[in-house]
Amino acid sequence: MSTMNPEAQSSLVAPQKAAPALPMTETAARVGRLPLRQRLLSLVNHSLVAVIVVLIALIWSVPTLGLFISSFRPPSLIHTTGWWTALVPPWSFTIENYENVLHAQGLGQAFLNSLIIAIPGTIIPTLVAAFAAYAFAWMEFPGRDWIFLMIVALMVIPVQMTLIPVLGLYTMFTQVTGLQLTGNYVGIWLMHTALGLPFAVYLLRNFFAGLPSDLFESARIDGASNINIFFRILLPLSVPSLASLVIFQFMWVWNDLLVALVFMGGNPDRAPMTVTIANLVNSYGSNWEVLTAAAFISMALPLVIFFTLQRYFVRGILAGSVKG
Amino acid sequence: MARVSFVHVYKRFDKVDVVRDINLEVKDQEFLVLVGPSGCGKSTCLRMIAGLEEPTAGEIYIGDMLVNGVEPKERNVAMVFQNYALYPHMNVFDNMAFSLKLRGVPRQEIKKRVQEAAEILEIAHLLNRKPKELSGGQRQRVALGRAIVRDAQVFLMDEPLSNLDAKLRVQMRAEIIKLHRRVQTTFVYVTHDQVEAMTMGDRIVVLHQGEIQQMGPPQELYDHPANMFVAGFIGSPAMNFFPGAQVVEDGDGVSIVLDGFGRVQVPACYVEKARAAKGRQVIFGIRPEHLRDATLLPAGADTASMIMAPVDVVEHLGSEVQVHMSANGTTVVARLDPRSHPVVGEPLRLHVDADQIHLFDAETEKAYF
Repeated sequence: MSTMNPEAQSSLVAPQKAAPALPMTETAARVGRLPLRQRLLSLVNHSLVAVIVVLIALIWSVPTLGLFISSFRPPSLIHTTGWWTALVPPWSFTIENYENVLHAQGLGQAFLNSLIIAIPGTIIPTLVAAFAAYAFAWMEFPGRDWIFLMIVALMVIPVQMTLIPVLGLYTMFTQVTGLQLTGNYVGIWLMHTALGLPFAVYLLRNFFAGLPSDLFESARIDGASNINIFFRILLPLSVPSLASLVIFQFMWVWNDLLVALVFMGGNPDRAPMTVTIANLVNSYGSNWEVLTAAAFISMALPLVIFFTLQRYFVRGILAGSVKG
Repeated sequence: MARVSFVHVYKRFDKVDVVRDINLEVKDQEFLVLVGPSGCGKSTCLRMIAGLEEPTAGEIYIGDMLVNGVEPKERNVAMVFQNYALYPHMNVFDNMAFSLKLRGVPRQEIKKRVQEAAEILEIAHLLNRKPKELSGGQRQRVALGRAIVRDAQVFLMDEPLSNLDAKLRVQMRAEIIKLHRRVQTTFVYVTHDQVEAMTMGDRIVVLHQGEIQQMGPPQELYDHPANMFVAGFIGSPAMNFFPGAQVVEDGDGVSIVLDGFGRVQVPACYVEKARAAKGRQVIFGIRPEHLRDATLLPAGADTASMIMAPVDVVEHLGSEVQVHMSANGTTVVARLDPRSHPVVGEPLRLHVDADQIHLFDAETEKAYF
């Protein structure tokens, strides 16, 4: 998670801030019955909170805003004046930087590579984790809790520690089977699956275990097998937790530089955006204007994914299943 | 449609016997109620029929089939859960059709059966709604509907009414009885509410601490409880118990002396049984409704069996007056005619209906009569 950029993190937290909309209207209703003095005080209190929140949000987004504006300025101006000077006329905006990184620097191809890595790198661990989590939550087998505990414990292992052993394993695999795992997509998918699984299993098992057991028992009596239950009952009910897991995992894979560098390092044709962007700095040193555009291209997709899936965070899909 | 039999069934969780040596036969098309306080093992029994739990020992049959180790879906039973357990992401139609779809019933047939069931339960207009858009009573009906579309051999119900408010509960109680008559299937119904048990069951099985205390038709359990537990559990307010009672010879007959209250003459039919209890520690029992205000007795009534004690509390319920009295640390509740006027603090004389008395052994808690 450590490589996740601040924008992604702050936007992940946002819906929780937005959630208590109902209590707000409740307090508003209560305010209506209070005497004038208290009403004024309460109003000042509430607006003060609002002002502070907005202020923090603004300060938090200033660097991003600066980067965003810079990315549309001509390189000559970027190097001579601050981005805020672009806010007053005469305006001179251009998409030159974007054209440059997408075509001349090969970021377009890198964007595709990132997708090719991140989509299976998200789907595979999510699916495997969902199967495992179902078993840990709802199937009886000996040693279940101990195995689960071991998997959760694996979360403490840092990525950096696994690189050399896994590379060793991949090499051994190549020696035995003759199939190449390093330098191609399968190897990196596997690596991201392995790194993502402990957290994914942990998150999903806890969610699955919280579902009412009556539902599963009812389904078993209705004639459902474990596979039926998994696909027809569990998955539809778990969309919120799956969505949050997908977002986490996708961000992690999308923003990953280290694993991509180690397992895809020598192959620029297949390198994802993070690697390509890192190389831009290396080879151009001073012309950092390309980085402004590159950063926004790399940020675009995570933002889209987050905003499309965010409603699943707020909505309680279980409402109405049991009791009144 | 099938009978269900338990043969020496035990269930053990973590070294605790939740259910001990249950022998029981539910007849075909019978409405059997399992009743008992929480933790008595009644739900465990139901779940063993459903296949959600396996007995630790013993055999369970549905029809003539031994179902130990048989998966729930192979048992052809339907179950209604306390929390309804509706699938929240499916509408009412899909909830009811789920089991039929899994069994590969043709689409037209599914539609027909769901429609039929929905009409019986008067939920045909709700078929497109999601569970969260339904009221508690409607959800309960959907849960029942999901069970009846199945043509299951046995209907299992686990406290299906306990989440409903009091008024709706009475209404659904009557509807479930009607439903049973209509679908003519074996029903096994679990509840902790003795009123539900009395009103709904063809037969009642009273469970306590994992063992069957007594089974029989409701009236039989009320009239002739086999032990103190059943006597105290069935009926509300509960039966009054007088510890420290003594059986004494009284002329030709036998009387029971109640310490601090008075004495009760044992009717001829119970004399032999009462003599058998002589010299043992016994507990006398009488239901609140079998006590009468002595001042309201018709002239010339038998006054041989009377008890008297000071009144603690008087509760006027309109249709009756409930009186709490106590002496020697024993509290007695009586349901009296609304015309009687007990005064708090004053002693009150009550007539005991001697035909309705009960006598229990203090040690074994078994009933002499």
